[in-house]
Amino acid sequence: MEWLNIILQGVLVGGLYAMFAAGLSLIFGVMRLVNIAHGDLIVLAAYVALVATDALGVNPLLSLVVVVPVMAALGYALQWLVLNRTLGDDLLPPLLVTFGLSVIIQNGLLELFTADSRKLQAGAIETASLHLGGGLAVGTLPLLQFVVAVAVIAALQALFYRTALGRAFRATSDDQSVAQLMGLDNRHVFALAMALSLAVVAIAGVFLAVRANFDPSIGPARLIFGFEAVIMGGLGSLWGTLAGGIILGVAQAIGAQLDPGWQLLAGHIAFLIVLALRPEGLFPKVQG
Amino acid sequence: MPDPLLEVRALDAGYGDFQALFGVSLAVAAGQVVAVIGANGAGKSTLLKSIAGVMPSRRDAVRFDGEPVGDLPAHRRVARGIALVPEGRRLFPSLSVEENLKIGGQLGRPGPWALARIYELFPVLAERRSQPATSLSGGQQQMVAIGRALMSNPKLLLCDEISLGLAPIVVREIYARLPAIVAEGLSLVIVEQDIVQALAAASQVYCLQEGRVALEGAAGALTREAIAAAYFGV
Amino acid sequence: MSVTAEATPGVKVAHATPSSRIGVALFVVVFVALAAAPYWGDRQSLRLLAEIFAYVALASLWNLLAGYAGLVSVGQQAYVGLGAYLLFALTMLLDLPPLAAIPLAGLIAAIAAVPVAALIFRLRGHYFAIGTWVVAEVFRLLAAQVSVLGGGSGISLPVGIITAIAPTRQWREFIVYWVALALVVMVLLVTVALLRSRYGLALTAIRDNELAARSNGIDVRRIKLAIYVGVAFGTAMIGALIFLQKIRISPDTAFSVNDWTAFVIFITVIGGIGRVEGPIIGTIVFFLLRQTLADLGSLYLLMLGAVAILVMLKAPKGIWGLIADRFGWQMFPLERRVIS
Repeated sequence: MEWLNIILQGVLVGGLYAMFAAGLSLIFGVMRLVNIAHGDLIVLAAYVALVATDALGVNPLLSLVVVVPVMAALGYALQWLVLNRTLGDDLLPPLLVTFGLSVIIQNGLLELFTADSRKLQAGAIETASLHLGGGLAVGTLPLLQFVVAVAVIAALQALFYRTALGRAFRATSDDQSVAQLMGLDNRHVFALAMALSLAVVAIAGVFLAVRANFDPSIGPARLIFGFEAVIMGGLGSLWGTLAGGIILGVAQAIGAQLDPGWQLLAGHIAFLIVLALRPEGLFPKVQG
Repeated sequence: MPDPLLEVRALDAGYGDFQALFGVSLAVAAGQVVAVIGANGAGKSTLLKSIAGVMPSRRDAVRFDGEPVGDLPAHRRVARGIALVPEGRRLFPSLSVEENLKIGGQLGRPGPWALARIYELFPVLAERRSQPATSLSGGQQQMVAIGRALMSNPKLLLCDEISLGLAPIVVREIYARLPAIVAEGLSLVIVEQDIVQALAAASQVYCLQEGRVALEGAAGALTREAIAAAYFGV
Repeated sequence: MSVTAEATPGVKVAHATPSSRIGVALFVVVFVALAAAPYWGDRQSLRLLAEIFAYVALASLWNLLAGYAGLVSVGQQAYVGLGAYLLFALTMLLDLPPLAAIPLAGLIAAIAAVPVAALIFRLRGHYFAIGTWVVAEVFRLLAAQVSVLGGGSGISLPVGIITAIAPTRQWREFIVYWVALALVVMVLLVTVALLRSRYGLALTAIRDNELAARSNGIDVRRIKLAIYVGVAFGTAMIGALIFLQKIRISPDTAFSVNDWTAFVIFITVIGGIGRVEGPIIGTIVFFLLRQTLADLGSLYLLMLGAVAILVMLKAPKGIWGLIADRFGWQMFPLERRVIS
């Protein structure tokens, strides 16, 4: 029974990892860009939530109303002013520019907020739990986060496959120059995609802030979790990303149960095993 | 006499060090069908790409609806009413037939062309509307490409080698639809290697040879010898 | 590998240019001066110079990997740390003399690089880059599990091992310095020799157009593997040397992304990617900046990041790239001119 509980916790954490991954996956799908600063942007969102919560005196979960638009606007500006200039066949510029961005964000946050560990208090919901019978219990907050993660992925799927914007994303990803012939301004499409990605990052950041301690240096680890979830799930598939996140969460939970020092290692090993046995991921979408 | 809808003035165009067009001039009146013929490499596609804005040109080199548009990027020219059916169809593989058509209408320009009317024009597409666009036959894909361009309700439709790679019977089928397309005053520029179809469909013909206009005139007035001479440069 | 080098009668390939002759002469003069540094420099300067050599070497190796073979890695700290830990293990647990342990550490790391490559070569482009980071993280976590080498908090090299290098402290410093100089010169010479050879031509082809290179019979996969393993070998030896000098090791310092990847990447980008001279110029600029700005702490890193971004956007070929384009200079004889 204890193991079942452990696995359940792992599944719920997996939802959070899937949210880390969804924004990453989206950007790669639309413009073949991997944003090395992605994890640091999640941490940035957490700090924005910190500032918003302090300034407005509201529950951190409500600060989403501020954090999401702020991060989305930041994403649009970032893509329009900086990242659009790096797109092209050469993979060095976007990689190095986003790496530089990662360093800037980490050190900027360090300057502004010091290396002190923070955490946002969401109140009673943090300790509340749901008893599922048979000795199984889940925390209400983790459950909420998981449900939101599933909802976000479902919403992204719907957006991509049922709306005009999603059509524009897919068309631009297929063929940039013909997309222009449809009247689409590529710069604007890419900037919207980044804005969307950072909106998801904002949600992930707020959840991160409420769930655990955070400080400016934890960005890269979030990037790696997101990346591992994307690769394990399969490139191009958002639901696959959810599966990948769950696998990662469960692997880490099992590892932690065996020995607290093995938590991260267990996750990485699960990733390496999937990479060795099924490099295309578990649910790859064939890219058209 | 009113300004032509499209005016190309002494257009130069090239790819890096290679110049493809040398001072090409051309005019298309409203409602007119113009054919541009020439051998491979003569510069026909380059001409269409320059008109559509896929390739850059001097501000005044392309004038549309009385205004210089040479410095406008491609997506802004679509908004003005220029649509290109690109060489090789270039449908979006991730989109279905219907989605390819719908994205053509992304800008929402007012006009007679809508999904229902495209399906009327090309009934076979209605049957396959949910299939991935690239799973259709070559001829059907060409219909999707044309329909997609029409969905933007253009004033000027540019067709780049729509007969390429298609069986003659399919080509005839597509060209048979052209009258319905231009019936409401749409202007057309067709680039073709199939001279017979081009001359049958058009009222004015330009022949390009190595990046220059070697011959121009009314379709009916040009002799076969003159065309052959201009085409091959003998 | 079917890049043939049959001699065509009456045709030769020349490599030197007027500027490269000056460059090579300069290189020799500087080398002699540096080799004599123990006689004119004080302890501080020797340490600083050794650090500069280490960064020139690390950056040159990263340049070879990313700028020439197209394998952009943000995880080379894996091998810096592995080399360092191997040095500590070989000297402390197997009683090997430290100077012998350095090349051995390199060799073991090179062997370890083979299965690592087998795994991460399944990833492409940007995902490959993050994959290298994951590998470094795995190495770091594993190192923290090895309690006999200090576990998570690290360990110091016993005095006995250090004194085994030489009888006096002064001579120990001199020897470690000369080893550092020898390593960086070796890296540079091997790099230049490689680029002058037909493999170098193959590398340039791969960098310019991998598909075309492959269709011309170049075994892209084998070359990339060879470069990856070779760079791991060099990087590990430098890591071993760096921590021999530092005397103390811990997982976080040995596998630090900042120290061994961020700085190295910035050096190479600012100096000029894809050119042998780039890492040298970049290291000089980096250390000049550090001397003047290091008190600013994280602000300094922030500025470094901003400068790297600006350089990537405005001058992607780096400082040497600008100079080479403007004046056509080369420090090393790497040109290829056919003369008949």
